[in-house]
Amino acid sequence: MPKDNGIGASPKRREDVRFLTGAGQYTDDINVHGQTYVHFLRSDVAHGTINKIDTAAASEMPGVVRIFTGADFEGVGGLPCGWQVTDKDGNPMKEPAHPVLAQGKVRHVGDPIAAIVAESLEEARNAAEAIELDIDELPAAVDMKAALQAGAPLVHDDLGDNLCYDWQFGTDTETVDKAFAEAAHVTTLELRNNRLVANPMEPRVAVGDYARANDESTLYTTSQNPHVIRLLMGAFVLGIPEHKLRVVAPDVGGGFGTKIFHYAEEAFVTFASRQLNRPVKWTSTRSEAFMSDAHGRDHVTTIQLALDADNNFTALRTDTHANMGAYLSTFASCTPTWLHGTLMAGNYKTPAVQVNVKAVFTNTVPVDAYRGAGRPEATFSLERLVDKAARELGVDPVALRRQNFITQFPYATPVAVEYDTGDYNATMDTLEKMVDRAGFEERRKEAAARGKLRGLGVNCYIEACGIAPSNLVGQLGARAGLYDAATVRVNATGSISVMVGAHSHGQGHETVFPQVVAEMLGIDESMVDIVHGDTSKIPFGMGTYGSRSLAVCGSAMVRATEKIINKAKKIAAHLLEASEGDIELKDGQFSVAGTDKSVAWGDVTLAAYVPHNYPLEDIEPGLEETAFYDPANFTYPSGAYACELEVDPETGKIEIIQFAAADDFGNVVNPMIVEGQVHGGLAQGIGQAMLENCAYDENGQLLSASYMDYAMPRASDVPFYKVDHSNVTPCTHNPLGVKGCGEAGAIGSPPALVNAVLDALNGGGYDVAHIDMPMSPSRVWQAMQG
Amino acid sequence: MQMSDSRTIKAPQDVVFAAILNPEILKQCVPGCTEMSGSAEEGFEATVVQKVGPVKATFKGAVQLSDVDAPNSVTLSGEGKGGAAGFAKGGANVKLEAVEEGTLLTYEVEAKVGGKLAQLGSRIIDGFAKKMADQFFANFQEAVEGPSEEGETAEEAPKKGWFKKITG
Repeated sequence: MPKDNGIGASPKRREDVRFLTGAGQYTDDINVHGQTYVHFLRSDVAHGTINKIDTAAASEMPGVVRIFTGADFEGVGGLPCGWQVTDKDGNPMKEPAHPVLAQGKVRHVGDPIAAIVAESLEEARNAAEAIELDIDELPAAVDMKAALQAGAPLVHDDLGDNLCYDWQFGTDTETVDKAFAEAAHVTTLELRNNRLVANPMEPRVAVGDYARANDESTLYTTSQNPHVIRLLMGAFVLGIPEHKLRVVAPDVGGGFGTKIFHYAEEAFVTFASRQLNRPVKWTSTRSEAFMSDAHGRDHVTTIQLALDADNNFTALRTDTHANMGAYLSTFASCTPTWLHGTLMAGNYKTPAVQVNVKAVFTNTVPVDAYRGAGRPEATFSLERLVDKAARELGVDPVALRRQNFITQFPYATPVAVEYDTGDYNATMDTLEKMVDRAGFEERRKEAAARGKLRGLGVNCYIEACGIAPSNLVGQLGARAGLYDAATVRVNATGSISVMVGAHSHGQGHETVFPQVVAEMLGIDESMVDIVHGDTSKIPFGMGTYGSRSLAVCGSAMVRATEKIINKAKKIAAHLLEASEGDIELKDGQFSVAGTDKSVAWGDVTLAAYVPHNYPLEDIEPGLEETAFYDPANFTYPSGAYACELEVDPETGKIEIIQFAAADDFGNVVNPMIVEGQVHGGLAQGIGQAMLENCAYDENGQLLSASYMDYAMPRASDVPFYKVDHSNVTPCTHNPLGVKGCGEAGAIGSPPALVNAVLDALNGGGYDVAHIDMPMSPSRVWQAMQG
Repeated sequence: MQMSDSRTIKAPQDVVFAAILNPEILKQCVPGCTEMSGSAEEGFEATVVQKVGPVKATFKGAVQLSDVDAPNSVTLSGEGKGGAAGFAKGGANVKLEAVEEGTLLTYEVEAKVGGKLAQLGSRIIDGFAKKMADQFFANFQEAVEGPSEEGETAEEAPKKGWFKKITG
């Protein structure tokens, strides 16, 4: 019988009670007495020299409090990048200045030029129209490869060129070249990982509030990691010490990575509220979100696989151009390198793997982590390549994968990481059953009789989650530790508040985390609540991204709960007049082993806070413990995905018939929530493969900045998913044995879709090697015309 | 985007050329133009109200003439700023050639948009620009030839001629 409490149970999400009844408290719901509103005047050219910004007339407009420009931020810090990548010659990456408001030049459509603070939003917008701008438009660097040519327009004049870094990682060139020279077969593929806009349901919002009396600033913001924002903004941008700066990220309506980063608008409202001694509020419009939220992906890659005469993979080499956009967003530099290159071995025991990445500045919106962050790009290139190799060799694509799977663990890849556990054949076995792969050729024939081209695409994936061991990432250039923290506060009557560094913005932490604590203590999970999102309440944790919350913050919570249990046992031993070593905790009762003497959880907690009969000479009163947890390794969720679909040869239109995901997430705390996470990831992966594309024209104009032009997946675009997570190889190094499930769906699904379309076309006699995403009917039809 | 077309205007080449340099004529011809001032030498200042897809805006801008080779060719270039709506800019190379029926006017137009116009309207901007150019040169033809029954295009002439007779 399924459990109804604790680990393994699927209670409904308790946060949904407020979300579904309109009782959520999002940042835009926060209004501070006396607040002003800011509207940002943004560049509508991609690149230009600012000759003059005349705000005189605009400043006289009704309701205007003050207009700020880049000049007001001279001497104020710029937005920092959180990760320094070192190039292949040992030089640090180029880090251009990233002012809060543009200084001297505008560098992308959407770059903020002026900030108009007014009594109302309408007045701020009206005044923006009265600002006289004199900007000389310059030629824009848009295409990455063209941007690296001599004579290309320079995004940052002082850098000399548009190359942020040229990074190389993995096996040495001589070894890789030798393997390719000796290969029986080499498969080469050029592909593009399309640029995406994250589009969380809730656009970004920031409210800055300053209390002059005690010199304290509060920033309410749509963030996945309030402590990271406090650290970056306080220490690097505005110079406010932590104890005078509080960052609150209340209910947040989706992040997908794009709310990790520290943005100019957050720094602006905090800065301006201090200048004006009045609260300042900014709410992004959807149009602004398209041109100011960090974009995702945008890689152009050439990838090559060398195979021996027996079809064993002998070497892999990649050459990627990764778009940084106009400035370095907070984690832009590490996404195409350490979050991408380290996963390039995939599920395969390829002995030589070399990754080359050129990061390029262009006159486009900054690009940074988006659900999966580097790992989808790695999975897509590799799994498309393996499929192409199978087709070229005339072998079964699943058999080719199985032949090259890593089967011995732990396994140290040629790209630095060590996979602790996994069973890739097991998830592939499950997948083949889920989609009835054996019966596919019959279904293909049946579809052909109806004039449809049916295809089945399969791929596997591996990701590195539970980010990350601090000492390792420190060596790799991270400018922060990546531990997390939890404080378990047991109240006098036994109820518990757990203050966590992780932030829930759709993941369901408020439901899942209590399940773990309840399981450990043997109490009902309704006695446990989670507190998150407010730096004045929670310990210094690093937030939620990289499928890390349960693996890292959850582990901290387990450690803190263990400390609680240890102390509670001491108290129980005192109350029961027994030896501490004989105390057992089960079902919320402390008992003396081998006797019927016991004391309830609530009696122990009450004794801790009303210590009348208490071993005060040995232990302190109270029952509250904090733990910080720094993981020993990444976690490595893995799995196999399949998509079956039909292509209409007349139109190129694709209809997805079935989509199956067989994942190994390690141990699962709440299966329902895990399935929900996979569903969401799959929808985003299907969106990327079929619909979504962020397009710029050659002048750097953003062409897809509304839902008329940027196609988000809708319910009718996605099938009913088949999801399985029954194959469990628990993580070996965290106390819960969990690996993380937040990004898998988005990482694993795009190659399955493209592989399926190519299987359909090639199975129908069309010789098509590759189609770039999104696979619109027009692109599919064009490919079929040869 | 780029496009080109030509039309024959029933007027002598020097008359057609002079019309291109005339702000009053241009004001009549630019679709949505509410104000036009200036001169061929100094350049023109124009105010144009237009709706592109979901974006309606008042564009204020300047039009410059260059490469003036009277009465054979001229280049018009201009940029209009629409505030929050973004901007549009473009140019037209106009060539005139005497033909039997009058003057053959050939034009090549290039147009660019930026800001919100590009973000919301990129899919419709090509059609919009073509419509604007067609309207401009149709208006221009009418302005130069004068509103006469003979001035209508061949296929529309009988019908519209009849309509004009009825309505006077």
